[in-house]
Amino acid sequence: MEETFAFSFTATELEARTGISSVVDQLRDCGLPEARIGEVQIALAEAVNNVVEHAYADNTPGDVNIRCQLEDEKLSIYIRDAGAPLPKGQLPAGRAQALDGPTEELPEGGFGWFLIRELTSDIKYERSDGQNNLLLSFEIQVRPA
Amino acid sequence: MTLTSTMIDGAQVVTVNAERIDAAMAIQFKEDMRSQTDNGPERVILDLSEVKFIDSSGLGAIVAAMKQLGGGRKLDLAGLTPVVDKVFRLTRMDTVFSLYPTLDEATGGMTANT
Repeated sequence: MEETFAFSFTATELEARTGISSVVDQLRDCGLPEARIGEVQIALAEAVNNVVEHAYADNTPGDVNIRCQLEDEKLSIYIRDAGAPLPKGQLPAGRAQALDGPTEELPEGGFGWFLIRELTSDIKYERSDGQNNLLLSFEIQVRPA
Repeated sequence: MTLTSTMIDGAQVVTVNAERIDAAMAIQFKEDMRSQTDNGPERVILDLSEVKFIDSSGLGAIVAAMKQLGGGRKLDLAGLTPVVDKVFRLTRMDTVFSLYPTLDEATGGMTANT
């Protein structure tokens, strides 16, 4: 089986929520297991939030384009934006946050790339023509029809 | 208002009346938690049973809500749905908070599932 679908929206928090939910609804229609959809949603939301909060941080929010391809047992999610490149033009390491300090020093952010790396099987990033192209890959067991 | 409060056995139970605590909701959630828990009992239980999705912004807002309580007070979490539970375990925040599968278990004094 092969399914592809795509969504575009303006990089605001509310439009991002709608866009993420649209992808999730499509994945549900494709018959993906609910637990796997949850994991995909976490990684996708972190990637899209990064675009909203960082790539377009200094400019009027531009477009976010998401294209999904479900083929055999692999889900590929392509996320494209025209915002600022990732720092140093490369994917952040996404290390786990230290939680052993006192309560008042517990981190309230910096979990995003860690979650993306934990939940994907592969990530690719490319900057070209003034655009960020991020590919999140997931191995998926689609239940038999 | 995204939150409602009740008292159960001396603890304040704050219920989140929203399906998502995401980037679009995190700041409002943090402010609502501040007004709900400005003063009150030592133990606050956050009932998350209606929340189907949380992202790292929402996670950060819950951490911030715990810090706002100040010393000597405690924020426990109850009714975590599968995706919410997953985010807490992946980030190891399940070692910071006491997590209870249901509100009944949180208020019944049963052993925390950490």
